Amino acid sequence: MSTATADLHDAPAESGVNYLNASYGIRSWLLTFDHKRIGLLYLASITIMFVVGGVAAMLMRIHLIEPQGALFEPETYNKMFSTHGIIMVFFFLVPSIPATLGNFLIPLMIGARDVAFPKLNLMSWYIFITGAALALYATLSGGVDTGWTFYPPYSSHYSATNVTIVALGVFIAGFSSILTGLNFIVTIHKMRAPGMTWFRLPLFIWAMYATSLIFVLGTPVIAITLFLLGLERILHVGIFDPAVGGDPLLFQHLFWFYSHPAVYIMILPGMGVVSELITAFSRKKIFGYSFVAFSSLSIAVISFIVWGHHMFVTGQSIYAGLVFSVLSFLVAIPSAVKVFNWTATLYRGSISYEAPMLYALGFIGLFTIGGLTGLFLASLATDVHLNGTYFIVAHFHYIMVGGAVMAYLGGIHYWWPKISGRLYPDMWARIAAAIVFIGFNLTFFPQFMLGYLGMPRRYAVYPAEFQVLNVMSSAGASILGIGYVIPLVYLIWSMRYGPVAGPNPWKAKGLEWTIPSPPPTENFEEIPIVTEDAYNYPVAEAHKYPDAPGVARV
Amino acid sequence: MAAHGAHPPGFAHQFETVAQQREAGTLGMWVFLVTEILFFGGMFTSYIIYRSLHLQSFIQGSHELIVRFGATNTAVLIFSSLTMALAIRTAQTGKSKGQIIFWLILTMILGAAFIAIKLRFEWYRDYVEGLIPGVSWLDGGTHTPGVKMFMCFYFFMTGLHALHMVVGLGILTVLVIMTARNKFSSQYYAPLEISGLYWHFVDIVWIFLFPLLYLIGGRY
Repeated sequence: MSTATADLHDAPAESGVNYLNASYGIRSWLLTFDHKRIGLLYLASITIMFVVGGVAAMLMRIHLIEPQGALFEPETYNKMFSTHGIIMVFFFLVPSIPATLGNFLIPLMIGARDVAFPKLNLMSWYIFITGAALALYATLSGGVDTGWTFYPPYSSHYSATNVTIVALGVFIAGFSSILTGLNFIVTIHKMRAPGMTWFRLPLFIWAMYATSLIFVLGTPVIAITLFLLGLERILHVGIFDPAVGGDPLLFQHLFWFYSHPAVYIMILPGMGVVSELITAFSRKKIFGYSFVAFSSLSIAVISFIVWGHHMFVTGQSIYAGLVFSVLSFLVAIPSAVKVFNWTATLYRGSISYEAPMLYALGFIGLFTIGGLTGLFLASLATDVHLNGTYFIVAHFHYIMVGGAVMAYLGGIHYWWPKISGRLYPDMWARIAAAIVFIGFNLTFFPQFMLGYLGMPRRYAVYPAEFQVLNVMSSAGASILGIGYVIPLVYLIWSMRYGPVAGPNPWKAKGLEWTIPSPPPTENFEEIPIVTEDAYNYPVAEAHKYPDAPGVARV
Repeated sequence: MAAHGAHPPGFAHQFETVAQQREAGTLGMWVFLVTEILFFGGMFTSYIIYRSLHLQSFIQGSHELIVRFGATNTAVLIFSSLTMALAIRTAQTGKSKGQIIFWLILTMILGAAFIAIKLRFEWYRDYVEGLIPGVSWLDGGTHTPGVKMFMCFYFFMTGLHALHMVVGLGILTVLVIMTARNKFSSQYYAPLEISGLYWHFVDIVWIFLFPLLYLIGGRY
């Protein structure tokens, strides 16, 4: 971090002092209360976690090239997929967009000098780092083999691995989510600039608000659940262990009460980012602003009443299964509202295909596939066949990687000129976006087929007839890996050598584009007064298409 | 965190007005209390489910608790909520800092008394009688596994509550120091008010714990 700032110092910053060169040295970063610097602290830390989780995934895919397994003992393989899941879910995807882009952008977008509680914000990062360090330590000192779901009684009484330490790490990191969500909710309620009404907010803010609601309502439940699990393991008392009257299904209910909404913690921010990208690169107002805004909130609300669809085959009553199945179908409605509105926004827009837009378009396609295959799993009958197979693995990776990670990368590319003040090479960025898209589909589409044919997930070996599809998947994973490394290289390169970006390289709307890049520490010299709606793009060229949806009538 | 020019003490740079800062702080505490409800909620839900699954054992378990100590502690906590409210009221009406400190210290004494009663007359007795699962458990064959589970929940729930009390005592200590340093006035007493919300919340948790654990089948 300190070297990065030192490098930027040499560059002619366009307005002199900004948040990057305002002070120097490691201390000025580790003790900062500036939301923009804290966003970058998160960016660096979750990138490290992404690399760790990614290496685990890569090793798994190499192992699965051969039906009998190419690399590990089955026990090691179990640790590998557990590490991958735990690190990627709790330490990359959950904090990814909210903690980096959310921290950086929320005050800029609503016209504030900082979040409501800057010290709490820094404390959240330290809490996250503590949890992440514990999880990494547990991984390196022997690993954990329960999968990311920690189901008892295996996790509480039988597993001889570092379950307690990892659970503690997740428990601690949870408080970072809770406090971040709290900070965002208060910031969005109380820190908006004059004239920035709720329905003038960028849709990214609505998405972050919905995400924050899940943070504060869901995360405490997983915290207490892991706390009980830890006590059961340490004190050998029965809470979830059926041998002493406990109910393992209760753990699953409590776990999924958080962990299903957590899926929306991962995808809602991505939807917010895509709403920004689609409008910016179509040069059009979003189609149906209030529908998109309220669909974020309704996804957050519905997410809390569908958790039972993870338990169709684990012994919950058939009637509960029926109810959860119907409720799960409801999620499709607000999700489809978003997809239709993005598509309608594209209609007759002045579309350009810069790298962020490629990620956004990729997101729409992959999210649609991931969402529709989710309906297969929400149906009781098909779920009985598909549960516990690679179909599930493929489904949630289409949402988590094809959706959330694509949106994250798109967002990083879109706001990078604001964050760093520099432009990256656009051609390389477009190539990388294409490689990610191709590699992703090659990795995960074969897994749909494998799952449909009945290959179970979490097994270290498989029947020989599945080898061709597995090799395709592994080949795709290596392409995907390359697609992730390229942006890492040119983004770091651009911090020193990239052309100076200027305040608004995309000619986009939004308060964050009205201030210098990188922004000054206090964000705004004068707090702006907002007088127009979000995405108020000029209507000149749109007059040619007066019937296009979303074109403002003058 | 340098305050702008003529702003009152305690004013943070990211806010535009004092009122905005106060509203943000209050809303922040309310949101935090919502997360606390969910945090305790997971435990309450588990307790209620297991109570319905193992009703006889849980009644037997409740019988191990002594209602008069629980009742005394309930009174102590309700009284401490009153003294906390009076501390805030005293600051609001611009009374001397000595009066504010008096009510704050009284609140601390009551909070400490709660913990002392819990430790000396309840948990210590449980320890001697071998009623603490995983630590000291003397099972003469009279206890079903359900009783052990009840005692687990009793210790988790009251332990978590006591931990919140200890945090509350820490907050009160800070408030006493801030008051002594003249941080508060009738214009600015938000930290007192916000901490008060927390203190009342911890009391309310106990108001739910007391009947759930003691009153249904307790020993009088």
